[in-house]
Amino acid sequence: MSDRNTGYDEWIDALAAGEGYALVCPEGHGSLPPRRVCPECGSSPLSEEPLPAEGTVETYTVVHVPSPRFSDDAPYVTAVARFGPVRLTGIVRGVGPDADDGDGDAIEVGTAVEAGVGERETDGGRIVVLRPVET
Amino acid sequence: MTEVRVAGVGLTRFGSHPERTGRDLFAEAADRAFADAGVDRTDVEELNYGNFMGALAEHQGHQAPLMAEAAGVRCPATRYESACASAGVAVREAVRTVAAGDADVVLAGGMERMTNLDTEGATEGLAIAADDLFEVRAGVTFPGAYALMARAYFEAHGGSREDLAHIAAKNHENALPNEYAQFRSEVSVEEALESPPVAEPLHLYDACPITDGASALVFVSAEYAADNDLDAPVAVTGTGQGTDRMALADRTEIAATPAAADAATAAYDDAGIGPGDVDLAEVHDCFTIAEVLAIESLGLADPGEGIAAAREGRTTADGDLPVNLSGGLKAKGHPVGATGGSQIAEVTRLLRGDHPNSEHVPDAEVGVAHNAGGTVASAVVHVLEVAE
Repeated sequence: MSDRNTGYDEWIDALAAGEGYALVCPEGHGSLPPRRVCPECGSSPLSEEPLPAEGTVETYTVVHVPSPRFSDDAPYVTAVARFGPVRLTGIVRGVGPDADDGDGDAIEVGTAVEAGVGERETDGGRIVVLRPVET
Repeated sequence: MTEVRVAGVGLTRFGSHPERTGRDLFAEAADRAFADAGVDRTDVEELNYGNFMGALAEHQGHQAPLMAEAAGVRCPATRYESACASAGVAVREAVRTVAAGDADVVLAGGMERMTNLDTEGATEGLAIAADDLFEVRAGVTFPGAYALMARAYFEAHGGSREDLAHIAAKNHENALPNEYAQFRSEVSVEEALESPPVAEPLHLYDACPITDGASALVFVSAEYAADNDLDAPVAVTGTGQGTDRMALADRTEIAATPAAADAATAAYDDAGIGPGDVDLAEVHDCFTIAEVLAIESLGLADPGEGIAAAREGRTTADGDLPVNLSGGLKAKGHPVGATGGSQIAEVTRLLRGDHPNSEHVPDAEVGVAHNAGGTVASAVVHVLEVAE
């Protein structure tokens, strides 16, 4: 079984290189690849536009009961953060749950984060990582 | 359009039956549905069957012909998959088929076998209802996704874990007399609050259990019911379905479920009623926060008001609008591919007056059933009314 996902893998490569992007349609709707048309309005073409350097956490959770791919990662924090025209879902590194007694208090809705790529502890798989920005 | 009646309903006891095959579970539910309906199974013209993770749990794809055999019917049979709304969409297509005059008798329902998987396996199975590339790979589990929604709700509207605990306590209380429920035990607000965390802010008693079970319903045209002298007083008068972006991050709002609102609007319009006409509701409370989002989408509570409905007693058995008198997914159990059918069975019995909790709604004439898939990227709503 091939583990390649064309479009997604190139996007992760770009994010890892600090060149993350969103696809933006002529109407201004943002989306993530692979896309042929805008999922919101069906329009095309889609252009690649750089993600803002900083995003803002809109919600997060501390997961204690993982799926098998995250057995050795739990407990871990997953957050959804707004980066310009899109939101990214990622694992938060650099804060809780060990950094803050397991209750996730070191991150809050509104925390500024930057996006990059890291590895799952369980199997080394690549994941979107969000890190709080020093302010 | 032809009026659609619920001629018969059948359920297995929901619970942990790891050794029972899916085909046996569905056969039991279908048997009960035929006995309840008084309909000859040779009259069935279509089988619409819901199932979500059978390929993972039982290594069994292509389940519909197998379930037609199990039910003892020989007719076109199709499996419907829409995650936890699989049976809801199977029911919807049955209702549309009868309403359109394409068939007089359709068997619909669903089955899920889950407890033969371990917790990690079931967690993985449920997680695949989310976007694999952008959510599951970012550690989003099924409880994790609803936890993200809960936190976003608290942020937008306020509310607390204690409000959610009241929903758990209410639904456990409702399940006490339900002979089909997985948990027939009380859970106090304190116990719910003190249960271990699964995906914060959600804890163990905010979550529905892992469940095996099946549901089956015999839908008939009103004409067939009259010709065959059936006792089928409840009609399905409205059906609606909605779809949203798959990933939570791609939704306009994370603390609301517009797919369910779209489904509700369509179902109410179909039935010619509004939310103010609803006497009782069975909603998809896979997690306590899901009940909050459901009743707001159904127009049974204003945005931001649903969180307090159980604590304030509005949705309890003796409240103005009882929600999940069956015990809900929370206490009755959630065999995912069967749930949408079981909700129709519960609403039908509540309206007929032969449900153990019918005493709480003696004058009820209108009930709604709300079935959701994934994090409500799919939603199905049905309106049932006492027709005679």
